[in-house]
Amino acid sequence: MDDFRYFARNQLQTLIAIMREHGLRVVGPQWSGGAIVFVDLEHADQLPRGYHDEQAPGHYRSHRSDDPRYFAWANGPQALKPLFFAPRESLWRSTQTPDSGLKFEASTLPQEKLAVVGVRACDLAALRLSDKHFLHGAAEDTHYRQRRENTLLIAVNCSHPAATCFCASTGDGPAATADFDLRLDELDEGFLAVAGSERGAGLLAALTTRVASEHEQEEARKQTAAAVAAQKRHLPEGSLRDRLFATHDHAHWQAVAERCLSCGNCTSVCPTCFCHREDDLATLDGAKSEHFREWDSCFTPGHSYIHGLTIRADTSSRYRQWLTHKFAGWHDKFGRSGCVGCGRCITWCPTGIDVTDVLANIVEAAP
Amino acid sequence: MIVERRQETPSIFTLRLRLLDESARSTYSFEPGQFNMLYLHGVGEVPISITSAPCASDLPPEVCSELIDHTIRAVGRVTNALAKLKPGDQLGLRGPFGHGWPLTQAHGRDLVFVTGGLGCAPVVSVIRHALHNRSAYQRIVILQGVKHHDDLIWKDQYQQWAQLPDTQVLLAASQSAPSWPWYTGHVTALIGQAKFDPQHCTVMMCGPEMMMVAAAKELLALNVSEHDIWMSMERNMQCALGHCGHCQYGSLFLCTDGPVLSYPQLKPWLGQAGI
Repeated sequence: MDDFRYFARNQLQTLIAIMREHGLRVVGPQWSGGAIVFVDLEHADQLPRGYHDEQAPGHYRSHRSDDPRYFAWANGPQALKPLFFAPRESLWRSTQTPDSGLKFEASTLPQEKLAVVGVRACDLAALRLSDKHFLHGAAEDTHYRQRRENTLLIAVNCSHPAATCFCASTGDGPAATADFDLRLDELDEGFLAVAGSERGAGLLAALTTRVASEHEQEEARKQTAAAVAAQKRHLPEGSLRDRLFATHDHAHWQAVAERCLSCGNCTSVCPTCFCHREDDLATLDGAKSEHFREWDSCFTPGHSYIHGLTIRADTSSRYRQWLTHKFAGWHDKFGRSGCVGCGRCITWCPTGIDVTDVLANIVEAAP
Repeated sequence: MIVERRQETPSIFTLRLRLLDESARSTYSFEPGQFNMLYLHGVGEVPISITSAPCASDLPPEVCSELIDHTIRAVGRVTNALAKLKPGDQLGLRGPFGHGWPLTQAHGRDLVFVTGGLGCAPVVSVIRHALHNRSAYQRIVILQGVKHHDDLIWKDQYQQWAQLPDTQVLLAASQSAPSWPWYTGHVTALIGQAKFDPQHCTVMMCGPEMMMVAAAKELLALNVSEHDIWMSMERNMQCALGHCGHCQYGSLFLCTDGPVLSYPQLKPWLGQAGI
């Protein structure tokens, strides 16, 4: 049985202040440039109070209302991914020595201590999947591990899912179930809170809280149930793994390709996409060279390039690679699909391609 | 450090490397079929198969495991830069990576090697290893095909191997000249001439995917079991750790699941475009 506490609205600022006093860099959602983005948070006043978002294929709008709530929206284009898997970072350095030799040094690991406020269940689920990839495979990514250990996660259960959300269908939301330090349910007057770790419990103990009433807990449960019911999109029933691998030559791939620009927005906003390229940047005198990695996308021509040949030269094969890897390949490697139902790929696709629709066409309809 | 450099053809060269760090040198060990990531300062890294055996036959035993050969085709930005290096120059090396050839399974069996073009490189390491440990295996058949007769590397080596007992060497060139003494056509056409027991063999292949698919078809028709056919696959590799996602082949990541894989593992995706 969860030990639900309750605190008034003003305690959220106290929480932020306490974390900053402890030397943590606090990151949280703010409305900026027309969207909800996760950036440095200094005060609760900077949170997107009253903002609602409206999402549809290729469509994102946000507007302010009289709603007193800070978290009455679904998600923005990015949240956790760039905080753990940096868009670009140095891995190691090579220096020429006076005797025409080479010396190699690993780049220093990120040291910053971070707290993220307002994490959604879908993004926590995506983080769990990223852990499988970066930490539990054949090799461990030390940069990712360091960031994971240095970061506190304060989740807020989703109360206002967007039309593009389908986390209920993938089993990843709208309520967070694990991997948070603190989990909040926002109500009109305040927050229900549950600690998910010792650090979370410590933070909660520093605030003015009381036991949450049965009525408040019921309100939070009803809110989550409503968020589930509000989701209209869903994945096709049953395992997609075999059906997707069997539809390599399905005509629908070509139909999608006619709309797809191969722009890679989907891979950029997808919280589980992990492809990255490696490159070198040498100083002008050539004495030092730094080896970097940077986000990449399977939609680029370079992704499948190998000595003079591009394996996936056309959009149709690239789109098929992305969707099949995400919904079939992931099963073989990680035991489940790589999709957490956040709906970002649907919202941020400039031509409004809806993966739930594409999958339904590929696996349910006859070729 | 590059200890020796040999030009095999106008575009293919071999670099013989020695690790400079003493502890790295004593702990480094590899299996035939594995690859290293070779780094050229200021330019970048490329995955290159190790062509020497864990103990190369033309060197005295006390140094043989210290030298690591890599046969490279100059075809891109990094490999063209590597082609300009000379003995004494230094490179970075990360490795070894990947799964090598199935030596345990092959023990006591006939070995059939089918390669095309520079696909001979990932396989030559295991051929050399097998010849070093000759009594562990039965008959050996080496099939190599090239597009143009000038593309054949290690010609002297093949001729030497052809002289060995219970060792058959079958060479093919799709385009030949009057000076070409061997078969003109596809290497797969020579499978019928190979002397081996289809029920008791291990097949190891590397080369263009369509060549391997055609060869597998011939072998399966001769009743070679799917589980006895192994291929070394190739895709864009950047991290060699199973993280960067470039070497995906179906649901496999070639750098960690492969590059050597069995026919049943590859079957779902072999020959399909865009995989």
